[in-house]
Amino acid sequence: MSLDEIYAGHDVDLVEVVARIRGVIRPDQVRDGATETHLYRRDASTMSNKAGIVCFAESTADVQAIVETAAEFGVPFMARGSGTGLAGGAVPPPGAIVISTTKMNKIISVDPVSRMAWVEPGVLNLDLSKQIAHLGVHFAPDPSSQQTCSIGGNVANNSGGPHCLADGVTNAHIHAMEVVLPDGSVTILGGEEPEPDGFDLRGVFVGSEGMFGVATKICVRLMQNPPEVATMLMDFASVSDGADLVSDIIAAGIVPAAVEMMDQLCLIAVEAFIHAGLPVEQAAALLIEVVGPAGGVAADVARISELAKARNVGGVRIAADDAERALLWKGRKSAFGAIANIKPDYYLHDTVVPRNKLSDVLDQIYAIVKEHDLQVLNVFHAGDGNLHPLLVFDGKEPGVYERVHAAGRAIVKASVDAGGVLSGEHGIGLEKRDLMPLMFSETDLAAQADLRRAFDPHLLSNPDKVLPSPATCGEIHRAPEGAWI
Amino acid sequence: MDLTVDEFAGNVGSSDPVAVVGLGTRATPSGNARVVNAPVGIDWIQPAEMTIQCGAGTPVDDVAEALAEYGQQIPFPPGGTIGGALAVGHSGIRRLAYGAMRDALLQTHYVGSSGKVVKAGGPTVKNVSGFDLCRLMVGSRGTLGFLGDVILRTRPISAHEQWFTSDRDPWELLIGLFRPTSVLWDGATTWVLLEGHEGDVVEMAEAYGLDPIEQAPGLPSGGRWSMPPSELESLRVAQPGSFVAEIGVGVVHHTSPRPPRQADPVQAQLHARIKGEFDPTGRLNPGVDVLTQI
Repeated sequence: MSLDEIYAGHDVDLVEVVARIRGVIRPDQVRDGATETHLYRRDASTMSNKAGIVCFAESTADVQAIVETAAEFGVPFMARGSGTGLAGGAVPPPGAIVISTTKMNKIISVDPVSRMAWVEPGVLNLDLSKQIAHLGVHFAPDPSSQQTCSIGGNVANNSGGPHCLADGVTNAHIHAMEVVLPDGSVTILGGEEPEPDGFDLRGVFVGSEGMFGVATKICVRLMQNPPEVATMLMDFASVSDGADLVSDIIAAGIVPAAVEMMDQLCLIAVEAFIHAGLPVEQAAALLIEVVGPAGGVAADVARISELAKARNVGGVRIAADDAERALLWKGRKSAFGAIANIKPDYYLHDTVVPRNKLSDVLDQIYAIVKEHDLQVLNVFHAGDGNLHPLLVFDGKEPGVYERVHAAGRAIVKASVDAGGVLSGEHGIGLEKRDLMPLMFSETDLAAQADLRRAFDPHLLSNPDKVLPSPATCGEIHRAPEGAWI
Repeated sequence: MDLTVDEFAGNVGSSDPVAVVGLGTRATPSGNARVVNAPVGIDWIQPAEMTIQCGAGTPVDDVAEALAEYGQQIPFPPGGTIGGALAVGHSGIRRLAYGAMRDALLQTHYVGSSGKVVKAGGPTVKNVSGFDLCRLMVGSRGTLGFLGDVILRTRPISAHEQWFTSDRDPWELLIGLFRPTSVLWDGATTWVLLEGHEGDVVEMAEAYGLDPIEQAPGLPSGGRWSMPPSELESLRVAQPGSFVAEIGVGVVHHTSPRPPRQADPVQAQLHARIKGEFDPTGRLNPGVDVLTQI
């Protein structure tokens, strides 16, 4: 169903809606001025729209009151965390009520023995791990945006991060959620217990991109901090040698905590930014981290070094201390900031390919980018085949956005054709909604729509994301009306 | 596989009540539903991808044997079929370290109520493309669709593993040991499974005075209870020997059936809506209600 259809028959007067919400939560939590509705028009993608009302929820009761009002008036609503999403998942439907969870930022309880914590959705990812570090535990998903992204947003997008290779993405780290369903009812999905009765609705809510309701409290799994960590930087004269080493390591029965790759243009950009002595002369570098008790770490380092030799590794640098390790990771995680030295704008893609296709698909990406007269930096989670081609450009160049989007679509198609998937961790949102038919048939998509309708029969919770409307199923087209890319 | 997913869909059909059975180790069909069997056989194993594709009717033990040749495994409890294990959704006693078994399912082609084949998920270890129908299928006991084939994520078999016993308090071991694979407790004795580099395992065992034993303890099979792990302490007053609890996880293997529980009405409505969307005629595994039946 398109937004026009959703709105058909709903001649909603937002002034009345604002008045009603101001009656159910504190008036100062409700904003409808041009400044706020403009500020909340977008997330970290290049798409934007216009919010109708912005509400700053402070409790489950606030969220419930707002959602009940939205349901009563038939107005779409959208929960928003830190707005760091890159796929347009938090671009509001036109005139929607934006429910900001940034003020719901309390860590409610921590159980260091059973290793779980209840948090509000606005708690920032890295803040949680920092606050509980003294207990010897951490929250494993670590997106590059972890300083600013929220746990609620991680739940909505089933976020990943470098250290999800060994420990799994967000879904594996969520025990339970208190949610406000789109009709305003409140329930707990999942539980602290391992086998709650019924369907795994916790599992389907994670990654539902805000379309199944709003999570208001989240019970996360905490992982023990490892006693030993070894961080290695290995460089290669050819991208394919580095990429092939990744498969060798996994086939040898080693699953490192993280395996990240940076190609030469990325190394140059990052080195200019952090001066870490990165191997800028080389075609690619792998950042590999193994963790655990000392014996296992030493054995893994030795075996990986041996495998690397067989792939013509150049230099092998092992971080001598925490400071050097932090510097190497800073290089990896600040890559997206560092590119400002090359061009003022970037478009970051996110696809996954089988590990043994990394080398082939990277070659295709370089060819695609050349064909569209663009530049690309590759910095990505090589261990799980999760590519992040970063197209850099100057947005002021006439016609450049057309080239960027054409190259992006070609990259996504090359990934899916290689046996991969549309997105590894950023989600579908608006960005890839109309590319879903590359991966799913009409029947497959109808089943996903069935699940969505069971949660949200009136399609009010963040509508028009993820699923292409039936009319466009089977064809690829541009972003929806009202959004600009 | 001995039949394709399309052939399996043909057997499932689109109108009459139908039930799927594997090796019959976990459940038997009720009423007069026609019985079908899911495809059996391993399609491929990709060791460098740590993935395997097989028919849902393939015995878990066959998959374990085939993967062991590559030094890999799946976190499924032994016995029965892959589809049966996924339909029930119970993890094995190594969940503390391996995580929930449901996370191993990457992709499936299942047959829906209308007889159509639906693909859920994707073939790679990382994937957030669309809503997660794989999670919906795991534990749904065949009431929303019948699994045809599956792609599973494997994990390496550790270089070394060893079971131990101890008379130490299990929570002391849970806190002190680094990522033990399993900590079991019957109110008197604690059992611990450690995996990894042999030197590390020996060192940790010595540090905590653990005594090596041949194998895991037998588990009572009268009932499978699910409790918040923090509430397992309440079992201190239970009769020793009446249970074996998975410390840090919350599964309790008990001599008595699990006490009945009341479903939350909001959950009940949501379950009914999902069942209504996926199987409007109620033809799939009739008589099974995942929310109210243990």
